[in-house]
Amino acid sequence: MMSTFYTRWLGGRQGGIAIMLLMLLMFVVMPLWLDIFRLNLVGKYLTYAFAAVSLVMVWGYGGVLSLGQGIFFGLGGYCMAMFLKLEASDMASTARQTTPGIPDFMDWNQITHLPAFWEPFHSLTFTILAIFVVPAVFAYIIGAAMFKRRVGGVYFSIITQAIASILTILIIGQQGYTGGINGITDLKTLHGWNINTESAKYILYYLNGGLLIGVILVCRYVLSSKLGRLLLAMRDKEDRVRFSGYDVSNFKIFIFSLGAIISAIGGAMFTLQVGFMSPSFVGIVPSIEMVIFAAVGGRMSLVGAVFGTLMVNYGKTAFSESFPELWLFLMGGLFIGVVMYFPNGLAGLWEKHGQKWASCIRRLQCVSAVKNWAENRRAAKLGATGE
Amino acid sequence: MSETDFALAIEDLTVSFDGFKAVDGLNLYVDKNELRVVIGPNGAGKTTVLDLICGKTRSTLGSIKFKNKELTNLSEHQIVHAGVGRKFQTPSIYENLTVYENLEVSYPKGRSVFGSLLFKMTTEIDARIKEIADEIFLKELLETEAALLSHGQKQWLEIGMLLIQDPELLMLDEPVAGMSVKERDQTAELLKRICVGRSVLVIEHDMDFVAKIAHKVTVLHQGKILAEGDMKSVQNNPEVIEVYLGH
Repeated sequence: MMSTFYTRWLGGRQGGIAIMLLMLLMFVVMPLWLDIFRLNLVGKYLTYAFAAVSLVMVWGYGGVLSLGQGIFFGLGGYCMAMFLKLEASDMASTARQTTPGIPDFMDWNQITHLPAFWEPFHSLTFTILAIFVVPAVFAYIIGAAMFKRRVGGVYFSIITQAIASILTILIIGQQGYTGGINGITDLKTLHGWNINTESAKYILYYLNGGLLIGVILVCRYVLSSKLGRLLLAMRDKEDRVRFSGYDVSNFKIFIFSLGAIISAIGGAMFTLQVGFMSPSFVGIVPSIEMVIFAAVGGRMSLVGAVFGTLMVNYGKTAFSESFPELWLFLMGGLFIGVVMYFPNGLAGLWEKHGQKWASCIRRLQCVSAVKNWAENRRAAKLGATGE
Repeated sequence: MSETDFALAIEDLTVSFDGFKAVDGLNLYVDKNELRVVIGPNGAGKTTVLDLICGKTRSTLGSIKFKNKELTNLSEHQIVHAGVGRKFQTPSIYENLTVYENLEVSYPKGRSVFGSLLFKMTTEIDARIKEIADEIFLKELLETEAALLSHGQKQWLEIGMLLIQDPELLMLDEPVAGMSVKERDQTAELLKRICVGRSVLVIEHDMDFVAKIAHKVTVLHQGKILAEGDMKSVQNNPEVIEVYLGH
């Protein structure tokens, strides 16, 4: 049992070390080094890391580039936000509205009763279930519609991008039901627990990190199963897999749906930590940013994707404070550069240079061995002449 | 169509690509335990016939029955589940997996999404993989990455990936292409061994090899059957000679 956990969930020695380093950075270094404002910012970036990890699964291993992970990030985020908004819209705090007891933006849009699809979000259990089920079902429908018809490659990317765009337009257009372009704001408590306090932010940061580690372990488990090897086989020779008796489309639907759930968890944690959700985290631009995070980190490396996300976002924060208008160009350049020169991203560089360092250390040991040998010989010679 | 005793019964099979009939009213029957070789000049429609049987191409007309089960309306993986295995013309193996992993992935268990997620290696499967590797002459190379195999070894590996599924109809498209003389002899022995208890359909150009293995030979020309019979009668058929030499 212990050994399955070690080899399959942790990914053996290499995988274990990578996880340990990530945990050390997330749980010890960051909280000690940063104040709560900056730590909360890192927490926000780490929610994007869920989307980057999902892209490693869908794009790196599944071989289908989704330019619509923002859809699922958004669905998860909105599910969470709907629950929090309902809790924030109690009778006492909405007493001045025309219709008390409904979210403020609905009141501004002349809506007089809570829409039916909002009702179940009074329940936290339902909300948590919805964060998993809604994106999974949506991804299943998109996946079945496309993969069963053997739509793949560029066409799949373009269609997912179009869906991301459509969803944004829908959210903005249906202002009374969704909060429109401003999104769902002024979120306060989770079952009476104030999420804007400093201690809540610490707790949510650690919860977020824990979930991220959990997601990575689950992904490792999936990749180390026969399904993982089938994914590799499919990327190489899809027809051979099909003519070996596998329904290839089902495997792609599965990995796409899994990716959707992972992104949605990130979205829900985003809402909790940042305190609002808006369409600007759903559309084309955030979806492409997520692809860049995964590409910079290394699209075949789960832990690499997390580091990639942190680095790109650190760069974004540092750079856009001084040159806000240049940031987009720099990010575009970064993406092109990575794809052209480091196709395996940071993880690829680490692997390459890690090996170099290892051989360097070995060489040093070699040098000292030669020195020892020479000294011994000299000593022996001296001994011989002395006699 | 009535029930037959044949393992594979193809009747009036036709496929047309924009009006061009690659296969034209084909009738072909293969017995159980039979090793049938299909020959014919380039463009005769040999590979298309295999594509039609395994579902890669959809027929325009006609029926393909395998053990009296209609295949023409099944999807590719259902045809495999019915017991049909097919080797492609260029060796189609997973280059970035080892020989062992190639065979493991082809083992007919854990074929559904959740089945493959929960798939567990057992000593039984391990033994089966080693048995097949022994049969295809790759016992010593189990841990070798498939990309590093020679062309002939890749062909064997693909045959092994089919054998591990124990299909009742095995279709091989040019199994000895790119093999040395010694490898060809070994492959001939292999085919003779594995056609016991199943039907084998082979497409091949190498006539010496065909003569070594074939129980019966079918000659295809322009999507139709030109001649059928044992190797000798086919070789002496004036029409067959005309088709081969006339080109």
